[in-house]
Amino acid sequence: MRIGVPREIHAGEKRVATTPDVAAQLIAMGFSVAIESDAGKTASYSDAAYAEAGCDIVATAAEVWGQSDIILKVRAPETGEASLLKKEQTLISFFWPAQNPELLEQLTASGATVMAMDSVPRISRAQKMDALSSMANIAGYRAVVEAAQNFGRFFTGQITAAGKVPPAKVLVIGAGVAGLAAIGAAKAMGAIVRSFDTRPEVKEQVESMDAEFLMLDFEDEDGSGEGGYAKVMSEEFIRAEMALFAEQAKDVDIIITTALIPGKPAPRLITADMVASMKDGSVIVDLAAEQGGNCELTEADKVVVRDGVSIIGYTDLPSRLATQSSQLYATNLRHLLTELNPEKDGEIVVNMDDEVIRGVTVCKGGETTWPPPAPQISAAPPKAAPAAAPAALPEPKKRSAAGPIIGMIVAGLALLGLGAVAPQDFMSHFTVFVLACFVGYMVIWNVTPALHTPLMSVTNAISSIIVIGALMQISSDTGVIKWIAVATVGITAVNIFGGFAVTRRMLEMFRK
Amino acid sequence: MEFNGILVVSYIIATILFILALGGLSNQETARRGNWYGIVGMAIALLATVWGIVTQAYAELLVALLIGGTIGLIAARRVQMTQMPELVAILHSLVGLAAVAVGFANFMDPERLSRYAGVALTIHDIETYLGILIGAVTFSGSVIAFGKLSGRIGGKPLILPARHWLNLLLLLGAIWYGYGFVEQSAAGGGMTPLIIMTVIALLFGIHMVMAIGGADMPVVVSMLNSYSGWAASATGFMLGNDLLIVTGALVGSSGAILSYIMCRAMNRKFLAVIAGGFGTSEGTQLAGGEDQGEVVPISPEDTADLLLGAREVMIIPGYGMAVAQAQHIVHELTQALREKKINVRFGIHPVAGRMPGHMNVLLAEAKVPYDIVYEMDEINDDFPDVDVSIVIGANDIVNPSALEDPNGPIGGMPVLECWKGKTTIVLKRSMATGYAGVQNPLFFKENTRMLFGDAKDSLDAVFKAL
Repeated sequence: MRIGVPREIHAGEKRVATTPDVAAQLIAMGFSVAIESDAGKTASYSDAAYAEAGCDIVATAAEVWGQSDIILKVRAPETGEASLLKKEQTLISFFWPAQNPELLEQLTASGATVMAMDSVPRISRAQKMDALSSMANIAGYRAVVEAAQNFGRFFTGQITAAGKVPPAKVLVIGAGVAGLAAIGAAKAMGAIVRSFDTRPEVKEQVESMDAEFLMLDFEDEDGSGEGGYAKVMSEEFIRAEMALFAEQAKDVDIIITTALIPGKPAPRLITADMVASMKDGSVIVDLAAEQGGNCELTEADKVVVRDGVSIIGYTDLPSRLATQSSQLYATNLRHLLTELNPEKDGEIVVNMDDEVIRGVTVCKGGETTWPPPAPQISAAPPKAAPAAAPAALPEPKKRSAAGPIIGMIVAGLALLGLGAVAPQDFMSHFTVFVLACFVGYMVIWNVTPALHTPLMSVTNAISSIIVIGALMQISSDTGVIKWIAVATVGITAVNIFGGFAVTRRMLEMFRK
Repeated sequence: MEFNGILVVSYIIATILFILALGGLSNQETARRGNWYGIVGMAIALLATVWGIVTQAYAELLVALLIGGTIGLIAARRVQMTQMPELVAILHSLVGLAAVAVGFANFMDPERLSRYAGVALTIHDIETYLGILIGAVTFSGSVIAFGKLSGRIGGKPLILPARHWLNLLLLLGAIWYGYGFVEQSAAGGGMTPLIIMTVIALLFGIHMVMAIGGADMPVVVSMLNSYSGWAASATGFMLGNDLLIVTGALVGSSGAILSYIMCRAMNRKFLAVIAGGFGTSEGTQLAGGEDQGEVVPISPEDTADLLLGAREVMIIPGYGMAVAQAQHIVHELTQALREKKINVRFGIHPVAGRMPGHMNVLLAEAKVPYDIVYEMDEINDDFPDVDVSIVIGANDIVNPSALEDPNGPIGGMPVLECWKGKTTIVLKRSMATGYAGVQNPLFFKENTRMLFGDAKDSLDAVFKAL
C-alpha cells in the first residue's frame, strides 16, 4: 500500500510525520512512501534525504492525498485537507475527537478510516505508540529551555571570584510525563526542583528524579483517574492546594505547570495574586495554555510580562524542537503501522478486536467508533489490594467468659491445695519457678522471627544446665550413680559445646 | 547440702546471664553478645558447681567433659546449615536423656530416704517421676523428629487407629504407675513402676511425633525445646536447685512461646498440631488435576529476561531451596540483579523450612544481607508492586487456597500472596503436592510460570543467562 505524507499546513507547525530513517523502515515493511516536496524542511530533513531513503517526492499536497492509501500527518486535517480524504483511505494523525466533533462527523461521513494518535490506550503494550507521551516528554524539556531563555540568572548555584550565585528554584506542578521531563532537565541544569501532583503514587517517581515532592497537609484523597491521568479534586483539596502554591510562589523563581485533566479545561492553579507575589524576573511556563492555561494570566502562544513575571504560553513546544519530535512521532507511527500490518506484506488490517487498534480508530466505514470502551488495565499501579479476604476466615467461635474463669478458679484452688500441704522448701522453689516462667515469656515474646533458629539452639545449650544435676551426683560413693553421672556429664557436654558453637557460627553469618 | 553463699551468688549471676542471653537473642544487633552471655553464664555455673559441690572423681569429670565437648564442637563445625533442624533435634534428645539419667541416679541414691520423709518424700518422688517422664518423652520425641528431619523416617504422619484413645491410655498408665511408684518408694522399692513408666513415656514420645506431619516440624522442634526446659526444671525441683529450676523454666516458657508463635503463623491451634494429623483433616479436598487449568512452563533464558526487565523482584524461598543447597546461587543471582539497580527482596514465611527461622539461617549462610530479608507481615501488602516473584521450592506457604477455601486442610493459614504481583515464577521439581498434600492453584494461575527442575540447576542456568 502507498503511504502519503503531506506537508503540515498549520501555521507555525514545523514537525513532519515521517523521517528518512523511518521511511526506509516502512519501505522495508512492504509499503511505498510518497512525501510532499519540502515536507521535512522545517524539521531539517531535506528532500534529498527522503529520496535517498527510497521515498517518491511529490510536488503538491493534492497529489499526495490523491494517490495514497494511508495518510500520515501530525496535526488534525485542516478544513481544506479534510475534504481531500476519500473512502478506502486511512488517515493517521493527532485528532482530538473530543474537541473536534464536527471534523469527526465530516470524516465519518466520508467513509474513511481515521486513527487518532492521541487516543492510544495507556497500556504497557501500546507504550511504543504513545505519541502523547513522546510529545509531552519534549514539551517538558523545551519548557525548561524556554524558561532559561526568559530567566535572567543561572540555574545552578556557583561561588565565583565575583560573588556568590544562588541556584534557581523551580516548581513543577503536575508530575506526568511532561512534568518529569521538566524536572529532569531543570535538575540537570543545576536548579533546586520541587514538584507537586494530586496523584500520590508519583511521589516515588519524583523522588527518583532527585526532586522534592511537596506533600499537601490533607487527608488522603487519591487524584488518580482512569488510565493513569489525574481527575478533578474536591473543593477543600483545591483550597489546600492553592494555599500551598501561594506560599511557594513567593519562594520559587520558575514555575512550570503541566496540570491537565482529560476532557476538561485546564485547572486554574496560579492566580494573578500569586503572580504578583513572585519576585521580579521570575518565569512561569504554562504547558496547559492550549486548554486555557493553569495560570490566570496566560495568553496562548504568547510571552507576556505581568508584574515583572514572564508568562510563557506557547502551545507549540514540541514543534519548537521539530527534528526531535518528528523523529519520535514518526517512530510511534511506525510501531502502529507494524501492529496494523501483521503479515508484513504492506497491507494494513484494521482488526477491531485488538484493544490498541480499537482504541485509536475513531471512525471507520461510515461509523463513529469513538470513544472506545474503557481500557482494561491502568498504567498506574493498582491500589493496594485489601489485605486478606476477611470472608475467607471462619467466624471465630464465641467462647463463653465462664471457661477461662473456671480454669483460673481451678488453678487457684490447686495452688492453694498445694500450698496447704507442701513444705516451705518446695514453695520457695515453686515461687522461683513461676517467676522464671514469666521472665522467659517477657524476654522471648518480641524475638525477631529471623532469629528463631539461633534462639532455639542457644536455649538448647542453656537447657543443658541439667549438667549441674549430674555434677551433684558425680561425687557419690555408689559406683553406679557415679558412672551414670559421668556419662550424663559427657552427654550434656556435647550439648553445651555443640549448642553454643553452632549458635555462634550461625550468628556470625548474619550480617547487614 | 550445707549452705554455701558463694555458690548461691554464682548461680544468681549465671541466671542473670542466661536471661540476658535470651534477651540478646531477640535482636540481630545484640544476638552475638547474647550468645557470649550464655557461654559465660554456663561457665560460671559449671565452675561454681565443680568448686562448691564436687568432692571427688575430678578425673572422670574432666575426661567426660573433654570427650563430650570435642564431639559437640566437631558436630557444630561439620554440620551444614541445611541440616540445622536435625542437629537441634538431636541435641534436644541429649537433654532428655540427661534428665532421665539424673532422675534414675537420684532415685538410686541411698541417702534419699534419710533426707526426705512424709509429704516431702511424696513431693520429691513426684518430682523425680515427672523429671524422668518429661525427659523420656523429650528424648524419644527428639530422636523421632531427628529421623523425620533427616529423612531416615518418612515425613508422612503415622496415624494409628484410635490414636487419641491410645494417648489417653498411655497417660492413664503413667498416672497409675506414678501412684504405685510413690506408694512403693516410701517402703524403699519402686524401681519397677519407674522403669515401666519410662517405657510408657518413651512410647508416648515416639507416637506423638510420628503422628505429626513434616510441615509441622517447626512447631515440633520448638515444642521439644520447651520440653527439654521443663525436664531440666523438674530435675531442679528434685534436686532442690534453683539454678536448674530457673533456667529450665526460662527455656521451657521460651520454647512454648516459640511454638505458639509458629502455630499462630499457621493459624492453627497448638493442641491440634500436637494431636497430629495435619493434612489429613476432613474438609473439601480440592478438585484434582484436570479442571485446574494448564501450567505454563518457562525456560531459564526467559526467566533471566523477565528478571532483567523487572524493577521489583521478590524471592520466596522454601524447603526446596534447602534441599537443593541453592542458597549460594540465590545470593549470586541477588547480587547480579542488585548491581543492575533491580530491587531484590526476600519474603520469608514464618514456617518456611523445617524449623523456625530456617530460611533466615540459610540466607545468612550465603551472606545475603539481612536487611533485605523481610517477614511475611512486612511485605505481603507490597506484592501488587512486585514485577517478578520467584518461589524456590515452596508450596503450601504460597497456596492461595489457604485464603480461598476456608475448609481446606490449610484454610485460614496466612500465606505469601505472590499471585498479586505481575509474574510469579515457581521453581519446582515436579507437580507433586507439598507436605500438606494440597494441590496448589497458584501453579495454574495465568501469571504463573513453572521452571521445572532442581532449584540449584535451574538457578545456575538463569544466572548464566543473565
